[in-house]
Amino acid sequence: MTASAVLEVRTSPHAHNAMSVEKIMGHVVFALLPICAWAVWLFGISALALIVTTTGACLATEHVSCRLSGKNSSISDFSAIITGLLLGLTLPPGLPLWMAALGSFIAVGPGKMIFGGLGFNVFNPALVGRAFLQAAFPVAITAYTPALALGRFAEFIPSTLAWPLMKAAPVADWITRVRIDAFTGATPLMLQKFDHISTDPWSMFLGQRAGSTGETAALLILVCGLFLVIRKIMDWRVPTAMLLSAMAVAEAFHLSDPARYPGPLFVLLSGGLVLGAVFMATDPVGSPVTPRGMWIYGILMGTLTVLIRFLGGLAEGVMYAILLGNAFSPLIDNITQPRTYGQRKKAVAK
Amino acid sequence: MSFLQTLTGKRLWRGLHVDEHKEATEKLPIRRMPFAPLLVIPLSQHNGAPAIPIVSEGQEVVRGEPIANAAGFMSIPMHAPATGIIRKLALAPSARGDLSLAIWLAPYDSASQEILYGAPSDIADMTPEEIVQAVQDTGVVGLGGAAFPTHVKLRPPAGRTIDTVVVNGCECEPYLTTDHRVMLEQPAEVLYGARIAMKALGASRAVVGVEDNKMDAVAALRKANGGNPEISIESVPAKYPQGAEKMLVKVLLDREIPSAGLPSEVGLAVFNVATLAQLGELLPRRGGLIERVVTITGPGVRKPGNYLVALGTPLRWALEQAACTDRVSSVVLGGPMMGAAVGSLDVPITKGVTGILVLEHEVSGRIHPCIKCAACVGVCPMSLNPSRLGLLAHKERYQEMETDFHLLDCFECGCCSYVCPSHIPLVQYFRIAKQINRERKARV
Repeated sequence: MTASAVLEVRTSPHAHNAMSVEKIMGHVVFALLPICAWAVWLFGISALALIVTTTGACLATEHVSCRLSGKNSSISDFSAIITGLLLGLTLPPGLPLWMAALGSFIAVGPGKMIFGGLGFNVFNPALVGRAFLQAAFPVAITAYTPALALGRFAEFIPSTLAWPLMKAAPVADWITRVRIDAFTGATPLMLQKFDHISTDPWSMFLGQRAGSTGETAALLILVCGLFLVIRKIMDWRVPTAMLLSAMAVAEAFHLSDPARYPGPLFVLLSGGLVLGAVFMATDPVGSPVTPRGMWIYGILMGTLTVLIRFLGGLAEGVMYAILLGNAFSPLIDNITQPRTYGQRKKAVAK
Repeated sequence: MSFLQTLTGKRLWRGLHVDEHKEATEKLPIRRMPFAPLLVIPLSQHNGAPAIPIVSEGQEVVRGEPIANAAGFMSIPMHAPATGIIRKLALAPSARGDLSLAIWLAPYDSASQEILYGAPSDIADMTPEEIVQAVQDTGVVGLGGAAFPTHVKLRPPAGRTIDTVVVNGCECEPYLTTDHRVMLEQPAEVLYGARIAMKALGASRAVVGVEDNKMDAVAALRKANGGNPEISIESVPAKYPQGAEKMLVKVLLDREIPSAGLPSEVGLAVFNVATLAQLGELLPRRGGLIERVVTITGPGVRKPGNYLVALGTPLRWALEQAACTDRVSSVVLGGPMMGAAVGSLDVPITKGVTGILVLEHEVSGRIHPCIKCAACVGVCPMSLNPSRLGLLAHKERYQEMETDFHLLDCFECGCCSYVCPSHIPLVQYFRIAKQINRERKARV
């Protein structure tokens, strides 16, 4: 060593566990890919086009917003890809692509970048985008198409390629032409709520049903979530609390009126509950940071999901439940501060 | 350890498992390092008032001879680490980066003679007050890194009784193996030091806590202890930062030291094993602290080891003895989690230096905004909310950090920064916040 060697002086700690935002987000993207693959197998090239559109539009929005505000582009942290994939997975497979692109813009623009980008958004960006689409295009976002349609790899669902503001393409005719067996476009939740027809839980568990592009395969989503928990990317408390509390509340309703309210298994496996609980409620930015807060947050969202489904006018309640959970998250954090070692009183947030 | 024991046994609940890197040096016996051509002995290498020099330029001193007196009770004397000649009393760089007054001593070649100034003594014949005075005369401070004068701990504030002496053999910092080697090679001295502390404090028992990655040290201590029921040696599952005294007393005895308080408030006094080993060795023959064991390790040295180093040895000399590479990028005093990087290799090794970690490059990840992943909240051993503290620091709301979120309870263990995926330098934020709050209070 030479006398003139320059020593770097940094503050401790001089070690790190090698975890990074890129690694976390990369793992989530990786865990979402099997679900995307399943969606494409189930709904064909329309689903593929939808996911590619939302992801591309989210990346473009983030990149352009960064550039407009004079910052370096932040798309390399992969978070925009997650938003894009998740938004695509929560939309009906036949949604017109222009609507999907618009929803992506809303998700990343007003949903995230306007707050300052990753880490500063209040709400889950993908769900902000979806909530916008739900409000703006209530018909299109509930126009579900059957799974495993004939020729789904050869032709698009007619509505997919619709032009903005033009008359809707004739999807109903297309459905009667391509459906196999008794698959219709209605989701199990809609069938249950509006027609009182129940769906076999086993087929919902495995995911062969109509629904939003990526919400159908409960088993696959749980396996992908388990992968993230094992790799210590995701906290297990929030999905556990949300799923169990939804089942518990559903059981209470079911016991009071079995004819009117479906049982906990149906509530668990139908709609987007599993996808939402595993991949959207767990978005760390919108969740509390204290362990007790995570339980409260999960239970709140699980309960709200069932209340909206059973008592509200909508068939599905996961999206609003999570958005409301996001809204309550800072408050939950404030009231669940841990007791610091050696202190008699808890930390108080003003 | 069985699953049931894992659930029910004594363990640290928070904190984290770090890469230990101890294998490079844990099997290497303690070796004496040759004297550097010039030793630099700062007058302030401890918590408390700087010592008062009693030697002058050109004076010859003998190894072990006092060269500076304690300036009051909250201070300690210094002893000559080698036989030689006092070159000067002048400023020298310190680890903190500033200059402080030091005694510069040039050892004579091949001088190994040592002189003992006190009369040998047996603690059985000594009163607690005499023991406290004798401990102060040895110049021993906390060798685990805190450098708090040991005799001060032996005289707790009036009205407090100490029932148990806690002996800290955790050494939870990665890379460091000094305490491990001391426990292995000097178990009798460690236990004798514990008895000195018990006698001075009137404590009826001592508990030695050792992490279970050093079971050979547990065996050595148990063997040396024989069946003495007053001292129990316990192994605890290794986890960082168990060696912090607040954590260790919680794990071993389930007592919680109040915020801003001392262990004496809950009837305890905590000592590091290396401190007690030095006491056990020095007090009976009334010697002075002139050398200490230092682990020199890290990717930047080719001859890592546990060296017995004369106090005042400049880092440059120590690194040359350990054959450092020519790609050294930073030199850290202590371990990687809490150690301080130095800006100059002219800094001398002082009483509080447990190890020298030589790094070839420090990696730095890209800093992102906090994504509220809660990793820091899960590992903070004090159950603080580093995530919130970090966000407040970012907004420069420093007072709120202190009044509402217990900033002052943070002892800067580094766990939060270690796990932060956004690579936010949380501990650095907290240090800055504490400093700004101190300055604001000083102005008022």
